[in-house]
Amino acid sequence: MVLLTLLAAVTIGIVRTRSLFAVAVLLGAYSFLMASVMIVLDAVDVAMTEASVGAGISTVLVLGTLYLTKVHETPPRYTAMLPLFVAVGTGAVLIYGTYGLPEFGAANTPVNTHVGMSYMVRSIPETGIPNVVTSVLASYRGFDTLGETAVIFTAGIGVLMLLKRFGKKG
Amino acid sequence: MRLDVVLRVATKLFLPFILMFALYVQFHGDYGPGGGFQAGVIAAAAIVLYAIIFGLQEACKVVPPAVVEAMVPLGVLLYAGVGVASMFTGSNYLDYSHLAHDQVHGQEWGVFLVELGVLITVTGTMTAIFYALAGRGKQDEP
Amino acid sequence: MKIVTEIIANYNYWITIFLMVCGLYIVVSRSNLVKTLVGLSLFQTSVYLLFLSPGKILGGTPPIVADGFTVYSNPLPHVLILTAIVVGVATIALGLALVVRINESFGSIEEDEIIDRLRHE
Repeated sequence: MVLLTLLAAVTIGIVRTRSLFAVAVLLGAYSFLMASVMIVLDAVDVAMTEASVGAGISTVLVLGTLYLTKVHETPPRYTAMLPLFVAVGTGAVLIYGTYGLPEFGAANTPVNTHVGMSYMVRSIPETGIPNVVTSVLASYRGFDTLGETAVIFTAGIGVLMLLKRFGKKG
Repeated sequence: MRLDVVLRVATKLFLPFILMFALYVQFHGDYGPGGGFQAGVIAAAAIVLYAIIFGLQEACKVVPPAVVEAMVPLGVLLYAGVGVASMFTGSNYLDYSHLAHDQVHGQEWGVFLVELGVLITVTGTMTAIFYALAGRGKQDEP
Repeated sequence: MKIVTEIIANYNYWITIFLMVCGLYIVVSRSNLVKTLVGLSLFQTSVYLLFLSPGKILGGTPPIVADGFTVYSNPLPHVLILTAIVVGVATIALGLALVVRINESFGSIEEDEIIDRLRHE
């Protein structure tokens, strides 16, 4: 619970700062806090991915972009009242929606009873892999992982096409 | 004495451990948290650290951009190739049951090759993006 | 006392919605393009929390089969969120590359200045 409050505080910092360099550093801190929250929620694979991807690669990308553009944000020209109302209104509607969610941590919700839990008992006899997340990712839902690898490949090709300098042309 | 001696020495000490940790996460993804994505990102972070501390030219000598750009489609090809090989053995696409002599070993071989493909693509992509971003700032060519 | 137990049970979801609303506010209101992409990344990570929270079972362990444990948390949301994280970073990388090219073509990364420059050409 302390972690969640820290997370909210870091987010307020990201909204209010004007210096983009500080935003990059705060984004790294936010990723680490998010990874800690995920560990408390028993999601160790996801926490490792979020920590390495969010705090490692994302920070490097933002700093690389700031190296090629400028570092300060100019103040806005008009006050942002309408977006604030839209955001707060959406938040109120979503909070009203959370009262329909099942109790936190119960074991008999529809999420936890169907095919998700059957993977736990089927994993060792059929694949012999104790880490159920890896076996689901690579074997039971391997087609999704093929699509995800294709998405990374497309992003890499896109960035190379946009940013690479070929030869000595200026 | 240069001002960045501490950074250089510390990087030289840390880099083998980072690469070893990436390989550990990749191959122990079956028994603990880990897998292809995490290992790929950690390996790319090691190369990025070397490029930041020692300069882009040094990093391009150790890991040439041509190799990195060849790695990007190679992983996807490996992944799709495992699927096609499964079709040759008579099962559906990406069904690893008949790749080895019994089903459990077939699944283990399939998962191993698939995670290797993911590792190669992720490392190649992240390093290629960093090389593209860092190499763009050279505006002093006539 | 019922309000306190209700707050503790729902605090998780409320913080998630607060993060989501902050991300939405940054995307809609800021005109600096890099800040907009950062807001998009905030929005995405709050959705990951929203997905993972119902999958946790109180008293369970991470979903790695080991001797001595019988109650595990649900592995299916973890798999979906793993894919979502990687797709998110691919989107951010491509977006930042586009921002760099926009800066080279128009000379600035603020939406207002770019629209002015386009209007005066």
